[in-house]
Amino acid sequence: MRVIREYKRAESLEEAWQLNQKKSNRVLGGMVWLKMGKMQIGTAIDLSGLGLDTIEETEEEFRIGCMVTLRDLELDPGLNAYTDGAARESVRHIVGVQFRNLATVGGSIYGRYGFSDVLTMFLAMDSYVELYKGGILPLKEYAKMPYDRDILVRLIVKKEKAAFDYQSVRNSQTDFPVLTCAAAKTETGYRFSIGARPGKAVLFELADADIQAADVENMAENAAKCVKDQVETGSNTRGSSEYRKHLAGVLVRRAVCKLAGK
Amino acid sequence: MNITMTLNGKKISADIDADMLLIDFVRDHGCYSVKRGCETSNCGLCTVFLDEKPVLSCSVLAARADGRTVTTLEGLQEEAAEFGAFIADQGAEQCGFCNPGFIMNALALFREKEYPDEDEIKEYLAGNLCRCSGYEGQLRGIQAFLEWKKEKNGKEAAEA
Amino acid sequence: MEEGKERKGGGGGMKYVNKPVRKKDAMQLVTGKPVYMDDIAPKDCLIVKLLRSPHANAIVTSINKIAAMKVDGIEAIYTWEDIPQDGRRYTQAGQTYPEMSPYDRLIMDRHVRYVGDVVAIVAGRDEKCVDKALKLIKVQYEVLEPVLDFHTAKDNKILVHPEDNWESLVPVGADNKRNLCAHDETGSGDIEEVLKNSDVIIDHVYHTKACQQTMMETFRTFCTIDTYGRLNVVSSTQIVFHCRRILANALHIPKSMIRVSKPRIGGGFGAKQTSISEVYPAYVTWMTKKPSKIIFTREESMTASTPRHEMEVHVRLGASKDGIVNGIDMYTLSNTGAYGEHGPTTVGLSGHKSIPLYGKAKAFRFVSDVVYTNVMSAGAYRGYGATQGLFAVESAVNELAAKLHMDPFELRMKNIVKEGDVMPAYYGQVNTSCALDRCLERVKKMIDWDNKYPVRDMGNGKVRAVGMGMAMQGSGITSVDVGSATIKVNDDGFYTLAIGAADMGTGCDTILAQIAAEVLDCSIDEITVFGADTDTSPYDSGSYASSTTYVTGKAVEQCALKVREQICKLGAELLKCPESEVVFDGKFVKREDSKEIQVSLTDIATASQCGNNIALEATVTNSSPLSPPPFMVGAAEVEVDLETGEAKVIDYAAAVDCGTPVNPNLARVQAEGGILQGIGMALTENITYNKKGKLAENSLMQYKIPTRIDIGHIRVEFESSYEDAGPFGAKSIGEVVINTPLPAVSDAIFNATGTRFYELPITPEKIAMAAAEREREQD
Repeated sequence: MRVIREYKRAESLEEAWQLNQKKSNRVLGGMVWLKMGKMQIGTAIDLSGLGLDTIEETEEEFRIGCMVTLRDLELDPGLNAYTDGAARESVRHIVGVQFRNLATVGGSIYGRYGFSDVLTMFLAMDSYVELYKGGILPLKEYAKMPYDRDILVRLIVKKEKAAFDYQSVRNSQTDFPVLTCAAAKTETGYRFSIGARPGKAVLFELADADIQAADVENMAENAAKCVKDQVETGSNTRGSSEYRKHLAGVLVRRAVCKLAGK
Repeated sequence: MNITMTLNGKKISADIDADMLLIDFVRDHGCYSVKRGCETSNCGLCTVFLDEKPVLSCSVLAARADGRTVTTLEGLQEEAAEFGAFIADQGAEQCGFCNPGFIMNALALFREKEYPDEDEIKEYLAGNLCRCSGYEGQLRGIQAFLEWKKEKNGKEAAEA
Repeated sequence: MEEGKERKGGGGGMKYVNKPVRKKDAMQLVTGKPVYMDDIAPKDCLIVKLLRSPHANAIVTSINKIAAMKVDGIEAIYTWEDIPQDGRRYTQAGQTYPEMSPYDRLIMDRHVRYVGDVVAIVAGRDEKCVDKALKLIKVQYEVLEPVLDFHTAKDNKILVHPEDNWESLVPVGADNKRNLCAHDETGSGDIEEVLKNSDVIIDHVYHTKACQQTMMETFRTFCTIDTYGRLNVVSSTQIVFHCRRILANALHIPKSMIRVSKPRIGGGFGAKQTSISEVYPAYVTWMTKKPSKIIFTREESMTASTPRHEMEVHVRLGASKDGIVNGIDMYTLSNTGAYGEHGPTTVGLSGHKSIPLYGKAKAFRFVSDVVYTNVMSAGAYRGYGATQGLFAVESAVNELAAKLHMDPFELRMKNIVKEGDVMPAYYGQVNTSCALDRCLERVKKMIDWDNKYPVRDMGNGKVRAVGMGMAMQGSGITSVDVGSATIKVNDDGFYTLAIGAADMGTGCDTILAQIAAEVLDCSIDEITVFGADTDTSPYDSGSYASSTTYVTGKAVEQCALKVREQICKLGAELLKCPESEVVFDGKFVKREDSKEIQVSLTDIATASQCGNNIALEATVTNSSPLSPPPFMVGAAEVEVDLETGEAKVIDYAAAVDCGTPVNPNLARVQAEGGILQGIGMALTENITYNKKGKLAENSLMQYKIPTRIDIGHIRVEFESSYEDAGPFGAKSIGEVVINTPLPAVSDAIFNATGTRFYELPITPEKIAMAAAEREREQD
């Protein structure tokens, strides 16, 4: 555990943002990842007191505060109804309930980690991040940006007519994923968000026309081949690049088979 | 900095360093049941309740618990003995090092769902590692406890 | 004593033995009472931490601790410069003296031999100042090329231990100038002839890795100076007596100046059969005369500890076409790492506790080499070499069964060693008690083998397949392990049982009390068990080699019988009659001819404290010329997703012959726990070193032990033989339990995929890519 000189429970977003401009300061999410780092922190900024720990659902969208925990995502009835349980599936393998009671959506999304199931899941939806100074950006775009000192205030998911599915492959049930795949079937086609490549999630959008075939099996094969050909994978202790590519094909195929009727 | 929290029903104030972890804070205040088993938030041995939710005390700053309620097994001795007896009847407590975290999380489970099924039990407790028991005896103990509770509640309802 | 003879050879009708009683410490543990080392360590202990080498092979050319010493709160910093480099070396292995393990260590050596080897010991008031000081120590290394591949270690020009004061006390074929920690050759019959005349030969090399025990409580020790100026060590250890010797050797002080005891231990599995953490606070406290403690981090417990020996076992097995195993030729190459702890002793089990299962074999040969390399030093982990050897032999036999289109159970039934057989490959001992045949029958039924073998397509992209394996182990080390017990009667007539064996969660305190209670005719609650303490415990080698029930338990049984004699002696005196005319029923000593004339145990105990010359106490020391093997059979049903490669054991059925299970609950849980450890070794626990000798699996985040959702169900039943030499027919169970999953799971995966794997763990990638390859071949 590294040294933290001061702790401040921010009383406003402005205060939090001001503090965060100092290089040695850090915003605390769930702290689970931060805890393992080796660097010295000046002031640890806690956003707990700002009411950002709720999921609001309206007719048009979900507004997910940055301090919402992964466990909240797992249990939220509205979000799981909307995603056909994919939201729960995307987080339920992550270490344990106690861990998920701490890890936050903000921490996960800000971190844009390669292994992130959360990033994979939200990338497949029509998602936006709301930054304190930077305003609202599509998650697709945010995922590619480098780290900065803005505060991630909330995640917004615009509702659309879509069906969702989440899959992951792991070497053991609560381990980091070897590959993740969140799929969405929209009115015009499919979206596949492939993560843990081991790089962070990337999105593939396929129109119905791109993968059209005589039956679902063949359509699924087409989609799988399409993604396999495009997805860049790498090797690490959990798996080889070749295996990840193979998995990408398997998971995409299975996602299409599952979602085709919906 | 100075923090105040309610620890096992008692209000305590203390001066701490900003980076003190909740696990060290509670152990310093006599809650020795809370164990440390890793540095990567994987084992679940350090499970405590923070405002009634099970969390990993190794991953929470004591400062974050300022103004909040923390519960360890020391504050749940009756419940622990009542439930723990069923684990003991299986011999599944073994070395005992995982027990406090496991029992805390089991009690949290029962508060969220009174009669969980096998899959629910396993998934909820997945973050509590045990190397001695193979988990099977602990599952038997839990199921025996739930049976007993069901019967007891049934009797009490009948008598009411 | 007539009564003594009546008690032996019991069988049915026992009151405490073979009963599922709660452990004596169970309620304390489930309510989280402070009974472990870090709960009882003095609050003013100096905190001790270690600076470790980042290089696998290096010489420390300079070490500057000036800035570190200036940190407020630092008490002392020690380096190799404080340790006489030409002083006598020692071993950390917990073994009976003279240890077969080489004396190859110094407390700190200028020559560091693996990534993690200790370079400095820092002691300070609290963690913060010690962490600060650790960062300020400046070390210069002359980095040397390491030997990282154990295949290239023997006769490599790079020597792990080039030093002249390296010592091997016992001839085990060790030679530090060849990187050899041990070499052995043994056999019986003409193996080459037998293999030549065999219809089928199975010839493969099987590779298992340096898996970690991963007990939940890491290594930890605290030390103080006691009233007599002695070093008082309280440690999470399985081996208090060996520890005392190890520390005396390391510190070059007399054993009489050291006391070692143990509190409740949070698991060991053999990890704590080596002195890992003790020497550091021992050194600090001895030098400073202040209390100190060390708690290994999980990272240190994964990277600088004492895992299983990585082994490559080459098996050549010859059989007839009707499935009789005629001969087994085995060569084991074992990787002991940077130091030789348990190197010479584990390797033998790879052959001696696998080959003997095959009772019809006419010949065997077993050759082994144990080599030094520049990785973390290996040690004792449940199974202790048998696990690795059984993976090889049982896998080879499973392959034989497949080749002959014979059911693996049927093939085993044709070959297994029987009760009464002499076992040439098991030190020539007789198989005195064996229910292996019943174990086979039982497991076959339990898993519903006939309906599941070999594989079923579940229709959802998954298949379910089954596989099986057998195992044996030992019960203590023949004519070496010593177990003792002292029992005394206290006022009110309750007993104190003092033992030197270490309960590390296994519950031996309880089962030894059960044995005593059975003999003394009292309840278990009337027996207080006093655990291992070198000052007060009668001598015990320690809790390892599956010795506690069989060796120490026998001592307890015999001791209790002696105490009964003492009770009768004093009781007879009080009743004013000859000793031969009284009987003791646990509560009263009565005259045999007129039972109303009696004196209570309470009164006898009181009488012993006034004007008395009869000690109501006895000590017995036991060692056995036999090590009767426990036997086990296991079968796994594995569900495999052939596309992703994910494999899960959804059901595991096992039957154990441990002789009489003294406590069936505890024995069952030991079996379930060991089985899951074996499954972990087979599927999820991987060890990978990089080119510089750094271990990737340095945390629970990277080294994956099974969680609750990684396993379906594990079911264990007992098929008990009765071992006359054991207490109430008991043998042992502690280690055999980890051995069956390795061959069972890997054969199930073969049945699921058509591919055999000769290296563990079998990861999803290996399965998926093999399945994909097969599909390509078939297209």
